[in-house]
Amino acid sequence: MGLEGIGARVARKEDKRFITGKGRYTDDMTVPGMKHAHFLRSPHAHARIRSIDASAAEKMPGVVGILNGRQLTEDAIGNLICGWMIHSKDGSPMNMGAWRPLASDVVRYVGDAVAVIIADTKAQARDAAEAVVVDYETLPLVTSAAAALEPGAPQIHPEAKGNLIFDWEIGDAAATDAAIAAAAHVTEMKIINNRLVPNPMEPRAALGVYDEAEDHYTVWTTSQNPHVARLVMSAFYNVAPENKLRVIAPDVGGGFGSKIYIYPEEIVCLWASKRTGVPVKWNSDRTEAFLTDAHGRDHVSTVKMAFDANNRITGLKVDTIANLGAYMSLFSSAVPTYLYATLLSGQYDIPSIHANVRTVYTNTAPVDAYRGAGRPEATYLLERTMETAARELGVSPAELRRTNFIRSFPHQTPVIMNYDAGDYEASLDAAMQAADYAGFPGRKAEAASRGKLRGIGMSCYIEACGIAPSAAVGSLGAGVGLWESAEVRVNAVGTIEVLTGSHSHGQGHETTFAQLVSDRFGVGIDSVSIVHGDTDKVQMGMGTYGSRSGAVGMSAVVKALDKVEAKAKKIAAHLMEADESDIVIENGELKVAGTDKSVPWFQMALAAYTAHNLPAGLEPGLKEGAFYDPSNFTFPAGCYICEVEVDPDTGKTEVVQFVASDDFGKIINPMIVEGQVHGGIAQGIGQALLENAYYDPQTGQLLTASYMDYTMPRADDLPSYKVSTTETACPSNPLGIKGCGEAGAIGSPPALINAVTDAISNNNLTMPASPHRVWELLNPAH
Amino acid sequence: MYATNYHRASSVEEAVGLASEDAKYLAGGQTLIPTMKQRLAAPSDLIDLRHVAAMQGIKVEGDKVRIGAAVTHAEVAASAAVRGVCAALCDLAAHIGDPHVRHMGTIGGSIANNDPAADYPAALLALKADIITNNRRIGADEFFAGMFETALDEGELVTAVELTAPAKAGYAKFRNPASRYALTGVFVARLGDGSVRVAVTGAGSDGVFRQSEMEAALASNFSADALSGISVDPSNLMADLHATAEYRANLVKVMAKRALIAAG
Repeated sequence: MGLEGIGARVARKEDKRFITGKGRYTDDMTVPGMKHAHFLRSPHAHARIRSIDASAAEKMPGVVGILNGRQLTEDAIGNLICGWMIHSKDGSPMNMGAWRPLASDVVRYVGDAVAVIIADTKAQARDAAEAVVVDYETLPLVTSAAAALEPGAPQIHPEAKGNLIFDWEIGDAAATDAAIAAAAHVTEMKIINNRLVPNPMEPRAALGVYDEAEDHYTVWTTSQNPHVARLVMSAFYNVAPENKLRVIAPDVGGGFGSKIYIYPEEIVCLWASKRTGVPVKWNSDRTEAFLTDAHGRDHVSTVKMAFDANNRITGLKVDTIANLGAYMSLFSSAVPTYLYATLLSGQYDIPSIHANVRTVYTNTAPVDAYRGAGRPEATYLLERTMETAARELGVSPAELRRTNFIRSFPHQTPVIMNYDAGDYEASLDAAMQAADYAGFPGRKAEAASRGKLRGIGMSCYIEACGIAPSAAVGSLGAGVGLWESAEVRVNAVGTIEVLTGSHSHGQGHETTFAQLVSDRFGVGIDSVSIVHGDTDKVQMGMGTYGSRSGAVGMSAVVKALDKVEAKAKKIAAHLMEADESDIVIENGELKVAGTDKSVPWFQMALAAYTAHNLPAGLEPGLKEGAFYDPSNFTFPAGCYICEVEVDPDTGKTEVVQFVASDDFGKIINPMIVEGQVHGGIAQGIGQALLENAYYDPQTGQLLTASYMDYTMPRADDLPSYKVSTTETACPSNPLGIKGCGEAGAIGSPPALINAVTDAISNNNLTMPASPHRVWELLNPAH
Repeated sequence: MYATNYHRASSVEEAVGLASEDAKYLAGGQTLIPTMKQRLAAPSDLIDLRHVAAMQGIKVEGDKVRIGAAVTHAEVAASAAVRGVCAALCDLAAHIGDPHVRHMGTIGGSIANNDPAADYPAALLALKADIITNNRRIGADEFFAGMFETALDEGELVTAVELTAPAKAGYAKFRNPASRYALTGVFVARLGDGSVRVAVTGAGSDGVFRQSEMEAALASNFSADALSGISVDPSNLMADLHATAEYRANLVKVMAKRALIAAG
């Protein structure tokens, strides 16, 4: 692997600028003449806009312009779209309501933008916003998905009768019902997956610049996928033609999915720049982020799991209602369907599965993919049910899982997915050993002597990453293909630039992608630069989400490197008068195998560009591109074991041990992978123990709209993790990579809740396991 | 934040002279500045008190303790002199907010704001402290007048806090998981004259209050065991997103016991 190649624990190249405060984020960008935008937002969860009077505000100091939905319509700016078509089980297409970038007739959630005020300074824009008079007629509202489906619930979009967006199913209902009817035991549960706010460290921002002289548009934006933003903004929103639109996503401070989507604000900033003739910048404050970033999760499900007399699962039936909020965000329809129900087989050989999913409009912020996206919901449902079933059946949770593990591959599940490789027992064994599972009773007794209730819980997760084969997702309704592109440019002095269509917003591409090149050519990672996040530099790409940068993005780089290597060998063979099949590349040199003849890498590169002595017919230069379309999803899997101590006096849970054993396939940089797992577990513990987005059902106000009320995990909420990996290579991509970005957030919540319910001997716990909730379960009199 | 005029006062007289109906004293700013940033407060003038010499410093003489109103939480936490006579007060100060808050926030600012979940009001009430202002001395029982309410007149300025070290004291709080303010905090003290005072913060529907039932039970036996028979009435306790009144009632008892254990 070399010192800096695949598998090396290399320190991150990008960290110097990040940890010294020298990163360059969207809000750091300034251009001459730049003005500042403030969005006037609805204080009501549901209201009709009778009128907007900005006449007084327009005269205020520094105000450049005030725009609302009427002007947006005049300029034929399109509706925001959901890019994944789902059909209901009756064959009808999903009922998508209109989402205007600035609401012009009805506001549908607290935070819905109704006007933008552009002024010399942020403070002036905000002052003027306070002088804009919006006359609202408030309407009845609904915040929970179940309530939105009740007869007589407030109607949110005329297109979606009864607020139902679609009623979708997957699997074999008849076979599953038959399995349940014939079962020796059926475990039934109601499972709630709580709503979360993503909270990336950097809030969203946009800077739109229209150049009248060139009729050209540039937008800097906090995006995980700038090329998709360019495509959607030109093809659907009619903001600018694709060839005249440059989208730049510079350093981006975290996304967790919430920066995949194209939001109203970047569209409006770019459009407003043309409309007002000045560059327009907007930067979200933290409260706006709470109110308007796409939220995650928010499922309510019932589940029935059927077992035969040998404790083998014979059927799984799931009914889920998913709250999509007030509007359908870009991939919102895919999350509770193809990213969720297709994973309901988990690590288990289940002959029949049926899931029914209804998605619903409510007067809340739009809900879309958040770290894990559907897979945490599937895993939580399945692994809570498995643990509960083990308790009901009187067998150990590990044994019940072992009894049902899939053991031969490839394995076709009843819900589309074809698992290509895995060894679930290896992860389980490794985790149980690391956790000293056998020693738990002793630790429980010791904790009891201190007055603490100790519990243990596990979770065996699987997820689908490396999204995704383009034809497959196209057949399921995706509006885009999910390949990735790469270009490798070898400069005349031998340094190398790798252009990728994936995007780093914390993942460490600048290090890991360079390691890939270092491994191949034996050059140092300092001589390899990674270029991404700018549509003028990289032609096209699909961005970063769903743990796809390694499995898909790096696979494209590998294809481009193959081409570079082939040409480099041709040139070197010619220089050394050898056969190209005898050329090997080692330690930065091209050698003739079995001889002492060699040319340094840089000399070969120089030869490519001087072109004084190239093989006949070979083009000068050394630059190759490739597109890679995966042949399958990848299937990371693992086992997490959590141990907690509950203080019965206060209900407070302390996580005292957390073990993760993951199979991510081939690992490029173990340190970065561990960091991903640590971060994912922190978010999973956050969901299970601390975080909850709560809308007041009467007023529709988000009561948890700041860190005073929304509990973000802090360092002292978290234990030191014991993480390790097992490896089965992924057969579907050249590097054998599976992906690691989401596993921590997927596998950890059920392990934690299984541990707390074990500790308190009460299974009726919903996330988050706040001290108050746990205490109430321990003291049912209250 | 709206525009405001900043004044750096160098004496109590200057600060009081600058006061007006639309002006605000700025002590540590740990509540006021965030509130202004959210445009929920819009003082015309800010009168910064942190550089008033007479409001600085901690003085301990025998069992008499005087803490200037502009003394930060970090200074109290680190004061060996205070620790020598009332360690509970140092421990309380050491667990207010986070390091940033503790190095900016001041005892005068905290008590003048009288946030119902702040820590200091519980300590000063239990310790029967006197609050010294620019023109009088106010006993803690009178000073803390309800949620965000004090006995201070318009423009009146807290300059110091004075108290007599207790025979024993302890503080325990259960933090709000999100804000880390006290969801319930209890300060117990046995004063030099043998009387026992128990003050509760975070839980009361009208701010900090004394728990007289516990005071009576502890008068003859200043230990956690003395509280076993007590059940806290939830009817005057706060209920919100984070806790019901019943849960807070439980926490009052649990934290009181822990405060007694801390008191030793």
